[in-house]
Amino acid sequence: MSKIIKDVNQLLREQLTDGQTILVGGFGLIGAPLTLIEELSNIDVSDLSIVSNNLGEKGKGLGKVLNQGKISKGIGSYFTSNPDVGERYQKGEIELQLLPQGTLSESIRAGGAGIGGYFTKTSVGTDLAKGKDIRVIYGEEYVFEPAIKGDVAFIKAYKADQAGNLVYYKTARNFNPLMATAAKYVIAEVEHIVEDGELDPEEIVTPHLFVDAIVQSRYILTKEGVVPVEREIV
Amino acid sequence: MNVKLSRNELIAKRVAEELEGRLIVNLGIGIPTLVPQYLDNPEVFLHTENGMLGIDDVEEDNIDPNIVNAGKLPIAETKNSSYFNSAESFAMIRGGHVDVAVLGALQVDETGKIANWAIPGKNIIGVGGAMDLLVGAKKIVVAMTHLTKKNQIKIKKQCEFPLTSTRPVDMIVTDYAVFRVKNEELYLTELMPGVTLEEVKENTEANFTVQLKGEEVY
Repeated sequence: MSKIIKDVNQLLREQLTDGQTILVGGFGLIGAPLTLIEELSNIDVSDLSIVSNNLGEKGKGLGKVLNQGKISKGIGSYFTSNPDVGERYQKGEIELQLLPQGTLSESIRAGGAGIGGYFTKTSVGTDLAKGKDIRVIYGEEYVFEPAIKGDVAFIKAYKADQAGNLVYYKTARNFNPLMATAAKYVIAEVEHIVEDGELDPEEIVTPHLFVDAIVQSRYILTKEGVVPVEREIV
Repeated sequence: MNVKLSRNELIAKRVAEELEGRLIVNLGIGIPTLVPQYLDNPEVFLHTENGMLGIDDVEEDNIDPNIVNAGKLPIAETKNSSYFNSAESFAMIRGGHVDVAVLGALQVDETGKIANWAIPGKNIIGVGGAMDLLVGAKKIVVAMTHLTKKNQIKIKKQCEFPLTSTRPVDMIVTDYAVFRVKNEELYLTELMPGVTLEEVKENTEANFTVQLKGEEVY
């Protein structure tokens, strides 16, 4: 039974509802699921909480969805890459939760691994630890961080087989394998879909049990920016 | 070569000289990204928190938009490069597996603690990996201009901006001088070419001990 879905718009209309938390992979536009994000901009949903390192760039990627007013909360580590986020924050139009990048990634890892939370030294004694529980472990202070989980995850990978095993590409990997483990419904957007057996089991980074649906990338990042591509779906 | 280096290049060159022996080095955004062009130590392996170890400069023709550093600038693989996810990358950082982090800073206080992630009242809402690097890297080197663009002092008694960590850095390299931090005190150990001790004193608010090579002053 193949997990490949051709109608991305219909898939998102089925899976998304107002008020959900969506995990979105990528470091800026690198490794961002640009096709799923583009389709999200065509879907009528609101009050979304988005967990992503950045909320895209100005007007691009998640920046486009932000400007549609669909995002009410952002959880990430570096919103500076999109000046529209700061503007909306100052106007009180969006709630932001800023986390150190290592804490953001570890919290998602914990969420996917059945861990409720963990203690880290990162941010102890800073403004970002205010109001959080502190515990002394082996003589050093640590701050408690709860796990992060999502209703839906948007993942970008390079290749998938029919079962949903995923292989990533270079630094476009970043948060994607973590987010693939931490949501109830995981949609992977990939550039190449291959037959089962074509991927070497040793190279698979995300085993198929984490993936619910696979869609073909229709927008990819090139040297010239984000461009639409047409590929035959297997 | 008789090319006059810019202030930023001068700082980057001095930081590069500090990287001796076999080291895993993480470079922050800004001036630290200039360091590789002055590195000729084949045993320095560059780590970038977005998930790569082993980084080289890239030729314009070979740019791949999906191989970038933490500043989203294009880079290239080396012969022994590896890729990993963000959680594994920060496990390397927090877990004490990175030897040196070279970071920019907005302000440094007289105990060597830095502020480099937020300016109150401004739309800078990003911390990235700075706090993780400060708790995890074995040695922290700050690479920054001595003064702001508006000629304001950055090495202060106390930081006005929020601190990045309670851990002091180990070394501060500016276009005026080099400071070392020991037991939460600053020591001026080098003057940059053409800079006088008086100029450093006039442009530094924090107390520091002068300990230039071959002399020990008060």
